[in-house]
Amino acid sequence: MMPLLEEVALHTPVVQIGGIGIALRTSSARFARMVEDRYDGFVTQEGAAQVSFDVELFDPHERERENARRQGTTLQSWESQFDDPFAEPPDDLAVTCEHRIWRIHRGDFDATWNPQTGHGHIRQTVNPYALDSVLRIVHSLVLAQQGTFLIHAASAIRNGRAFLFSGISGAGKTTISRLAPPDTTLLTDEISYIRKNVQKNGMKQQTAGYRAHGTPFAGELARLGVNCSAPLDTLYMLSQGPENHIDDIHPVEATQMLLRNILFFAHDADLVHRVFEAACRFVERVPVRRLTFRPDAAVWDLIG
Amino acid sequence: MNNLYIARSSAIASRVLAGETMVMSVTDSTFFTLNEVATAIWQAADGVTPLTDIVTRSVCPEFEITPQEALTDAEEFVRELATHGILQVSEQPIPNQDAAIAGAA
Repeated sequence: MMPLLEEVALHTPVVQIGGIGIALRTSSARFARMVEDRYDGFVTQEGAAQVSFDVELFDPHERERENARRQGTTLQSWESQFDDPFAEPPDDLAVTCEHRIWRIHRGDFDATWNPQTGHGHIRQTVNPYALDSVLRIVHSLVLAQQGTFLIHAASAIRNGRAFLFSGISGAGKTTISRLAPPDTTLLTDEISYIRKNVQKNGMKQQTAGYRAHGTPFAGELARLGVNCSAPLDTLYMLSQGPENHIDDIHPVEATQMLLRNILFFAHDADLVHRVFEAACRFVERVPVRRLTFRPDAAVWDLIG
Repeated sequence: MNNLYIARSSAIASRVLAGETMVMSVTDSTFFTLNEVATAIWQAADGVTPLTDIVTRSVCPEFEITPQEALTDAEEFVRELATHGILQVSEQPIPNQDAAIAGAA
């Protein structure tokens, strides 16, 4: 006799970046293992999550698979997509907010998230790039509420201070990361995570600058960052040239350059205001300088 | 010549930093920086003060420029900002504008 109830095991890995945990509740043991492997060093226990998602997986080729079955042929198993790291993600991303619920949609995922409850739902393919994107977008929304952001930048800790190296693709983020000396801790070579540096003074908390946190979002270095953080010293805007030197940047130009590199996914009026204000406050408090460098390790003599 | 009236759009974020005004459209994230003259016009854009008065009172005395030259430049400037949705420009006063701009000095 068929059981009336079937117990489904749920798995809930928590990916914690910058101290913000996102729990991913799924019935797929394989998906849970993929999360634990992909974000190794950033996965923790369920109790640490401030945000949670129910994750539902779907097969984008379900119809073709059904047709193939009827015709007596077979297609590659949809679970083999777990092992396909080279699938290019679609480029039709849309992030919108309606009635205070965020909807994040792309061809390979559809997610909703309520920032007030912290809970949401993700329906996605098994392609890990889909989850990478959802996590980056949700973190960017959480950070915008707190007056900070994700930024296209490499970051590293040296002598107890963090340094950001920002620029568009090809500016040299991965190059300067590769050239880092052994006494440097790499936080990321691609997407840096900025939070306010909150210091506790007895019963009081006060903000003193910013901290840069490690992330699992790797660029061409293909290496996860270390899951730690340090007070932020300087943001360097990268430029490659024949000699290594550091130059000042006018605050207005620095703000514009910073805004170009902040990860920003939605043209929501409130969000734009928050991101703009966050960038302005950041430039008022953190030195932003232009670092022109030759691609050799001597550039690190100027850092830290 | 008809008077023009100008008002800051509510669909922007702006801030004065190191003597320059930065303005960002919330619609398309276009970013503008305004020099001192442009900032003076921007700050006076209340929807009810004619552009000629803004130029006469806020621009000419501060920047040693003739009223006619200042007005010509100002009209060109405000029309350009209007094409990007940063300013509203009208031949009538623009009443009841929610001109709240985050961080404007």
